[in-house]
Amino acid sequence: MKNKIVCYFSAAQSEQPIIYRLVKNYDLIVNILKADINPLKQGYLVMELEGSKEKYKEGLVFLKNLGVIVEPLSEKVVWHDDLCIQCGACASFCPTEALAIDRETMLVSFDDTKCVLCSMCLECCPTRAIILHFDVREAV
Amino acid sequence: MAQQKSYEEINEKIRRGEAVVVTAEEVIKVVEEKGIKVAAREIDVVTTGTFGPMCSSGAFINFGHSRPRIKMKKVWLNGVEAYTGIAAVDAYIGAGQLPETDPENKVFPGRFSYGGGHVIHDLLAGKEIRLEADAYGTDCYPNKKVDTIITLNDVNDAFIFNPRNAYQNYNCAVNLGDRTLYTYMGILKPQLGNASYSTAGQLSPLLNDPYYKTIGIGTRIFLGGGIGYVAWSGTQHHPNVLRGENGVPMVPAGTLAVIGDLKQMEANWVVGLSYAGYGATLAMGIGIPIPILDEEILLHTVVKDEDIYCPVVDFNEGYPYSKPIDLGFVSVADLKKGKVIIEGKEVITTPQSSYPRARIIAATLKEWISQGKFELTCPVAQLPGADANIEFKSIPDRVPGGNGLNGNRRDR
Repeated sequence: MKNKIVCYFSAAQSEQPIIYRLVKNYDLIVNILKADINPLKQGYLVMELEGSKEKYKEGLVFLKNLGVIVEPLSEKVVWHDDLCIQCGACASFCPTEALAIDRETMLVSFDDTKCVLCSMCLECCPTRAIILHFDVREAV
Repeated sequence: MAQQKSYEEINEKIRRGEAVVVTAEEVIKVVEEKGIKVAAREIDVVTTGTFGPMCSSGAFINFGHSRPRIKMKKVWLNGVEAYTGIAAVDAYIGAGQLPETDPENKVFPGRFSYGGGHVIHDLLAGKEIRLEADAYGTDCYPNKKVDTIITLNDVNDAFIFNPRNAYQNYNCAVNLGDRTLYTYMGILKPQLGNASYSTAGQLSPLLNDPYYKTIGIGTRIFLGGGIGYVAWSGTQHHPNVLRGENGVPMVPAGTLAVIGDLKQMEANWVVGLSYAGYGATLAMGIGIPIPILDEEILLHTVVKDEDIYCPVVDFNEGYPYSKPIDLGFVSVADLKKGKVIIEGKEVITTPQSSYPRARIIAATLKEWISQGKFELTCPVAQLPGADANIEFKSIPDRVPGGNGLNGNRRDR
């Protein structure tokens, strides 16, 4: 199975090689999409986790036993089409064609199921119409 | 070629609601079907449009007086300084101006979230704006400080005056270097990672009238959702450049200075922009009608994206250091398809100008004219044309402490 999850961890947990254990002990494929650690070493990690159903569950138990809070990723890139001026600059930076240009009309569209949260589009949007909407809580 | 129609004849038809108006996109098909001769008789007006970042933009504002009166020495709108070295409560707010508190590029690349362009947009959107002003005080203008809240309705006058808009053709920007560049053409990935372009192509006003036969000083235009006028040739207007057989410049050429009442514009067509690592600016919507006075004028309006070429310019060394690096030309048609070949490499293209919005502007102007709401004006004077002898200058490199040119200086 394959899921996008958010892990919230404390300073003590952030010192541990959590990802290494997930790969080594649970044979999981880890794709880190976004990570942020504040000056107090608390932080969050957004990742895509892939593996057999059994190993996946064991991996999550391992995280939870460490005290890491694991939540499914409901966060996403939000495209505000009311702010968008349809220049299309974002589409050329999107690696998955989640943001794409219809070459007939040159209109930009966004398919969030294709989005991998790489954030490349955020910086290049001149009207800041694309926003990474993270329901990330204050670090625990 | 014999003149087939006059401005007055076309305006007469507009007033009767009988004018035949098509956009610069639609005209291509009409001429393909009917031929130039028939189409030139039938079509009265071709409308163009463009919507993109135009840094050389801004607005004059007269705030009215405080009580007691003030002669502003410095003035800020939402913390963004406007130039007030003119009469007491007149000021000019420029699109690229930043608040003094902006961190700029201190942490690179800076975000430049708010600037003069955003202030102009906010005024149009009816938002409340903080107005602060300082003064030294005079007998006639004793007030030394203003700190208040205003909206666009509170000011006496506000008009857009953009010294350089609607560039006729523009460079296609690439990066031959090894690091990502943050430019006014957007983000340029290293090693020809992308190619950024900014033109409305076949819809672009000056590409449809390449020799400025109908667009001149006094031409009435769609400006920011309202009505404006061409005031002058724009800064850096450089019409005497390399042109293709169709007369279309192969490099940036003509420009327009435009003017119009901000109070009747729409926020949707005057939008503040933030370019990471570069600065803040403004996207302007401009649409210009081209009266089809004769076949030759019509012939120029049928220009297609595949007939328009942009020079490819390196922004690693070529542009910033004015190094001549020849990377050839690419067609707007290919740029719009999403990929071009540069130096043998397939490069993804990054648009900066909004084609869908350019299309809406051309369609809106068509509607205005068709409904008799917008009449055409005959220019009162022409712009310098392709036969002009304009030299493109740069700042001279002279030593202030030295002898200069002829010693005719105030400090000598």
